[in-house]
Amino acid sequence: MKIHEFQARNLFKEYGIPVPDGVVCHSLEEVKAMVPDDDRLRVVKAQVHVGGRGKAGGVKLAKTKAEAVEIAGQILGMDIKGLTVEKVMVADAVDIEKEFYVGLINDRNTKSVTLMASAEGGVEIEEVARVSPEKIIKLTIDPVMGLMEWQARKVALQLFNDPKQMRQAASILGKLYRLYVETDSSLAEINPLVVTPDKKVLAIDGKMNFDDNALYRRPKILALREATPEEEKEIDANEKGLSYIKLDGNIGCMVNGAGLAMATMDMIKLYGGEPANFLDIGGSSNPEKVVEAMNILLSDKNVKAVMINIFGGITRCDDVARGLVTAMKKINTDIPVVIRLSGTNAKEGLDIIREYGLPTVSTMSEAAQKAIELSRKGI
Amino acid sequence: MSILINKDTKVIVQGITGRDGGFHTSKMNEYGTNIVGGISPGKGGTEVDGVPVFDTVEEAVKATGANVSVIFVPAPFAGDAIMEASYAGVELVVCITEGVPVHDMMKAAQVLKQNGTKLIGANCPGLITPDECLIGILPAMIFKKGNVGLISRSGTLTYEVVNMLTENDLGQSTCVGIGGDPVSGLYFIDLLEMYENDPATDAVVLIGEIGGDAEEQAARYIKENMTKPVVAFIAGQSAPPGKRMGHAGAIISSGSGTAEEKIKAFGEAGVPVAKEPGEIPRLVKEKLGL
Repeated sequence: MKIHEFQARNLFKEYGIPVPDGVVCHSLEEVKAMVPDDDRLRVVKAQVHVGGRGKAGGVKLAKTKAEAVEIAGQILGMDIKGLTVEKVMVADAVDIEKEFYVGLINDRNTKSVTLMASAEGGVEIEEVARVSPEKIIKLTIDPVMGLMEWQARKVALQLFNDPKQMRQAASILGKLYRLYVETDSSLAEINPLVVTPDKKVLAIDGKMNFDDNALYRRPKILALREATPEEEKEIDANEKGLSYIKLDGNIGCMVNGAGLAMATMDMIKLYGGEPANFLDIGGSSNPEKVVEAMNILLSDKNVKAVMINIFGGITRCDDVARGLVTAMKKINTDIPVVIRLSGTNAKEGLDIIREYGLPTVSTMSEAAQKAIELSRKGI
Repeated sequence: MSILINKDTKVIVQGITGRDGGFHTSKMNEYGTNIVGGISPGKGGTEVDGVPVFDTVEEAVKATGANVSVIFVPAPFAGDAIMEASYAGVELVVCITEGVPVHDMMKAAQVLKQNGTKLIGANCPGLITPDECLIGILPAMIFKKGNVGLISRSGTLTYEVVNMLTENDLGQSTCVGIGGDPVSGLYFIDLLEMYENDPATDAVVLIGEIGGDAEEQAARYIKENMTKPVVAFIAGQSAPPGKRMGHAGAIISSGSGTAEEKIKAFGEAGVPVAKEPGEIPRLVKEKLGL
């Protein structure tokens, strides 16, 4: 799960990480009311769940309050990479002497949280990692011990010469780690972390992601979720025990198992078609689940044909077939459907489907080719 | 021979009184797996499917001499269950549970390392040495004893491939589903090393997917260390970046973890990569000179 910059900022503040003053506004009226009546340099920033806001014109400086209002008027409602800006943050601009990057991620290889820091702040860390990986300091944190104070100091010492700043930075690292663990975060970045001319260390921009599997025990984090309509559909499917991701093609796929679902999409692409979605219906052959899945699939108006690909393991293919037939009877659609069953009792299963009058095939490649053929007939 | 499990393996089931735990205990029993006990705190002294139930893993291990524990407990308790099994001294823990928080897995991983316990999963279908021992939720009837080892991050895709291998008369030594989570137990390299040293295995099928760089590491390992042939397949070639494809670990993030990179790495290591799962049996046969 992703959150907005201002939400990450609020979490930083809660954990004692210093950030510049600022407000979040949903409308021009709010900007007028909430931004203090003085003319200092401020930054107006679009709050959307995508990177590259600056390049898209979603981050601008304002010298006066009047200018901040004017710029907020331009940014609110702006489209950035397909997302409409509904909120802006107006924060005090800070004089920057030097910029740094600090971040925490869950690292698959060390099975630990890894702390990353760099004196190359303010740019994308992926870019730094690609061009000059030696400029990134990495530290593996013991999940049981946590980030020890000496470790935080060791990293801070490599970035800051001034002892006072070094201590401020080490303290920020400690707080960021505590926030990270206490919210089941999967990514926390301060970029940039800056030093001001009066030698203060401040977090200017922040980003945090969270582990979806842990949201059940993080109600405060879950309350911060703002899903796009597309994500809303994915969350909705998830609550029904389905895993759905919309894509741009026209062949709907319904598959049991995530790996097989990916392989099915790949197969459609391999034979020259375009998959309309990823959809994993999980292990059972429950007809209601199949009906739900079909409804989600067919709500995408680009879908011209549907490929159902089921491997019957412990749930035998004849049971799966009966479930599919029950479901199909409840679904009213002209969209052609191809069913492929394989595994335990596949022959019996295919007989049941054929008897019902739907086309069946026995291999995945045949199914993909048939679905592509049917999708083209419809156009 | 085989890897990890065989006919002498003694298995206990954590979460044996749950719906899934109970169902799969009876399936494993049917297959002939030596299920010696189950754990359900507060239900010690009862029986499930003729299997004695204990309150703690420690008691179960003491009473039965079990060396493997399979976990079916719900996700919020799975991390703790893994650690309990590790402290009780089993050699191998197999965690079937899906949706375990990553921070719990990182803690558990540290405990496992400290205690020298092996883990398969979480979010995995388990493993099987055909005709000897099945642990997890794998459909028994598709497997056949033979000389092909298989490692996979997937569930049904694994069954699909195993089914094709069996239909093509390519039996299996041991098949391991390592699971679809970003932080898990034994991974490709650990298992490739075991297969390399297993006299019963003559070739290995590796089924990877998008996300992380374990396939790239495996490719390097194969090139430098393996004498036995490996055939690979990578799922998710058509997956969009930034989206989690069902498995928590199947995500292309910041442009890394793509199928192209993985396929390229295998290509450079001389490992043939099947364009579609249906090609795998032919590639294995070619490598075995059949």
